[in-house]
Amino acid sequence: MIFSLARRVATALCFCLSAVIFAAVTFASAASVLAGEIPRSQPPSSDTTGDQGVISAINAYVQQGWTDAEIRPSAEAKDGEFVRRVFLDVVGRIPSTEESSVYLDSEAKNSKTELVDRLLGDDYVLDYGRYWSTVWTNLLIGRTGGQGRRTLVNRQGLAQYLRRSFYRNKPYDRLVAELLTATGVNKPGEEGYNGAVNFLLAHLGDNAIQATARTARLFLGMQVQCTQCHNHPFNEWKQDQFWQLNAFFRQTRALRTFQGRNIAKVELIDEDFVSPSRDMKKAEIYFERRNGTTSVAYPTFVDGTPIGESGYVDQVNRRVELAKLVVRSDYFGRAIVNRMWGHFFGYGFTKPVDDMGPHNPASHPELLDYLSGQFAAHGYDLKRLVRWIVLSEAYGLSSREGRDNSTDDPALGEPPLFSRFYLRQMSPEQLYESLLVATQAEQAAQGDEAKKEQMRRRWLDQFTIAFGTDENDETTVFNGTIPQVLMMMNGDLMQTATRCEPGTLLHDVATSQAKPREKITRLYMATLCRRPSSREIKMADRLWQARKGDTVAALQDVWWALLNSNEFILIH
Amino acid sequence: MKPSTTPGMTRRHFLGHLAAASSLAPAAFQLTGALRANAKELSRNHRSAILLWMGGGPSTMDIWDLKPGAVGSGPFSQIKTSGDVQICEHLPQMAKLMHHMAIVRSMSTREADHNRGRYYLHTGYVPNPNVTHPSYGAVISHEMASQTTDLEIPPFISVGGSSEGPGFLGMAYAPFVVDANGQVRNLKFNTEHDRLMQRMHMLREIETGFIHDSRGLAAKDHAKVLDKTLSLLTSKQMDAFRFQQEPEGVRQRYGDSPLGHGCLMARRLVEAGVPFVEVNFGGWDNHRDVFNTLQNDKLPKLDQAMSALIEDLEQRGLLDSTAIIWMGEFGRTPRINGNTGRDHWARGWSAVVGGAGINGGIAVGKTSADGGHVETAPYSSENLMASVLKALKIPLDRTFTSSNGRPMKIANGGRVIGELFA
Repeated sequence: MIFSLARRVATALCFCLSAVIFAAVTFASAASVLAGEIPRSQPPSSDTTGDQGVISAINAYVQQGWTDAEIRPSAEAKDGEFVRRVFLDVVGRIPSTEESSVYLDSEAKNSKTELVDRLLGDDYVLDYGRYWSTVWTNLLIGRTGGQGRRTLVNRQGLAQYLRRSFYRNKPYDRLVAELLTATGVNKPGEEGYNGAVNFLLAHLGDNAIQATARTARLFLGMQVQCTQCHNHPFNEWKQDQFWQLNAFFRQTRALRTFQGRNIAKVELIDEDFVSPSRDMKKAEIYFERRNGTTSVAYPTFVDGTPIGESGYVDQVNRRVELAKLVVRSDYFGRAIVNRMWGHFFGYGFTKPVDDMGPHNPASHPELLDYLSGQFAAHGYDLKRLVRWIVLSEAYGLSSREGRDNSTDDPALGEPPLFSRFYLRQMSPEQLYESLLVATQAEQAAQGDEAKKEQMRRRWLDQFTIAFGTDENDETTVFNGTIPQVLMMMNGDLMQTATRCEPGTLLHDVATSQAKPREKITRLYMATLCRRPSSREIKMADRLWQARKGDTVAALQDVWWALLNSNEFILIH
Repeated sequence: MKPSTTPGMTRRHFLGHLAAASSLAPAAFQLTGALRANAKELSRNHRSAILLWMGGGPSTMDIWDLKPGAVGSGPFSQIKTSGDVQICEHLPQMAKLMHHMAIVRSMSTREADHNRGRYYLHTGYVPNPNVTHPSYGAVISHEMASQTTDLEIPPFISVGGSSEGPGFLGMAYAPFVVDANGQVRNLKFNTEHDRLMQRMHMLREIETGFIHDSRGLAAKDHAKVLDKTLSLLTSKQMDAFRFQQEPEGVRQRYGDSPLGHGCLMARRLVEAGVPFVEVNFGGWDNHRDVFNTLQNDKLPKLDQAMSALIEDLEQRGLLDSTAIIWMGEFGRTPRINGNTGRDHWARGWSAVVGGAGINGGIAVGKTSADGGHVETAPYSSENLMASVLKALKIPLDRTFTSSNGRPMKIANGGRVIGELFA
């Protein structure tokens, strides 16, 4: 009796101590965040030999794939194509003409490396942070997350937390651990605010079923939704495993504060889990099998590792244990590497990127293993990983078919060989930001930051439809559809862009002193990062004649055509 | 229904300007045949289908295949209908029209996951990482293409939801999505017609250059979609979406719900010659409180709108050439769970089909006494799809070639459900 009491006191003391340390560390980082400063991002590694080694290894692995398939890669992409592509994939928008000139006019031998280091450095820390915050907000809670009267999510809060994380290039394992273990209030400005709570708050309904599925899918590359109700029909996952993972989320509670009939704020807390048996030492959960029988589950990780069964948070903090198990697992690095590769190449090593396992073998298993190992060895530094990918040989290839690699076409269902750059649609967010850059419409438009954000959201909302199921599924009607084309032809943003109002790029070009041909070239550079061909110049001349010599009107027509073209809207 | 003109121009007026426009106009200007010189009344020489998609997986055991006395039975009673079947008491208007419809009570599909189920029921194929299969709308509009050459609006329309895509049939057969109010955004354009055409010339020049550069399919697809959009912009068939033009009495008959609006729009679209319309009506994923939801929310709206649609089509002489399909991605468990709800269940559930010459007033197959299992020949998505295609007189020996060169049988080679036809 005394021993167990002493043990409890000792445990409590240990906990207090670690809590103090933990709190100190958290407070330190929280303090800088609260102070609103944007910490300087990590400078790109001075140890470029290390990076070059990794990049060479990536190249070797990919080349091996080409050799095995007896194909040769396409040629290198043109400079204009490369700078446009890398801006889109790293900071989420096309470059302005000034930005692309810096690269295109550079005579340095390592201009590509310089460009990439610039994008990953201080000059673009805001763009980088904003873009990747958008990408991850969509992944974590969907494009429609945070909408609706009864939502527990504050979308801005999550976006802000992610932005700040990406500003300081927070190591990926730290980011995921924070998302999984977060406690605090969801709304910026409130006491105890912690934007990270919004991830789990989006998925705690129905005993955290969605939190379980999303955690496995996003951070471990495992699709387990089916196994909520039965063993997975196609992979090895069993129903017990789903509920054993779900058990990790049972010490959470969302406390709502109401203002009238609306939810003013929500706090996510850790709370002791009292199971139906009320046995705090072995706090079980129950689940129903298909045949109606009831089974029991204790928190056990996907690889079979059990943790303590206590329901008391101060004895076993299940989410903290989960976070440790997740970031230490083999699946963790492979899942993020696969996803990041897919971000830059349009296809990962598996399709889909988050359904990995023996049932869905990777196209380049050794490369995946190698890159995951390197990523972990380098402290889960996301900017590092980006640098390796973007400076690889494959990423710099043209999207133009080569002489003998026409078989390398994942759009036709073949596993990707990355012997050319695969054409893909911009995301709605990329398109929006790119339109703003190309047209400088933002400069011409009125409104403060909040209004601009509102405009952006309204524009994006056109394209997303929620399915209204218990899985928070959604889809976009964006890619290559009539509504997208209509928006590009007639939408508000386009109308502002082509109206030739002061401040817009079109106005700048139209009123400049340059020769007509030079003006046309400027429009091409601003949108497509290339010069017009002679055919295109002839076409523009004919337009000018049709407009009876009204240069401004002719430029408007060319501008409209450029912005509506497939070459603008596609990443190539 | 008298179509009104798009503000500012008529097609003839538009084309007149085109002819008189500058030297740009005759210079080999060819949209892919999207513009038609004669906007005559579209003659209806083809069939159509309307899919009422009940997203979430409705509890068909409480709607079309009740099991009074079973352990898992709900509180609803059955009522007699104008056919040989009994249905839920909360569908009194449908009960008068069941002689037009058949209930396939022997649906048994393996997919009880929303995404997988939705895909499977829409395409007849289970999801596969190597191929994206075309959905009902894409297949039907593709097969009807030669009969719908005068159609200027998209042949595959999805109301209030996104349906499933065209897969390897290409973006030309992608669903055109409108919300339940029929709003199409950004439809009004502010350029004069001949100027628009000249812009299109320039655009065509840029696009063609890029396409000839062998970059990939996406480049070509975009050009096709451009043509379709242009066709849409200038068509007075767009009026079909404007269901608000219907007389008040008609609108009230359909009811003021998204399903009511969608069904009314579907009738108008089918009248205008659209071969496939999907109307989305979700909210059936009732893991909790299912009976309350059905009785007080979903079923009254369903009863109102679906019965209005069938009646309306029949009165206008369109029912014989229009197939109607009612289904969700799966059914729900015969057991009631701890939250007075039902969970996903694909082993035995009901779909409803009718119109286009399909036998009405019958039930196809039967389920066990507890409602969970099919006791007669089980039918799956490919069987239902084959049956619908047969009703639309689309040959079932068609084989497509997917983008990676694999032959893909239409409707996955499914056998027709014999009982649905004479």
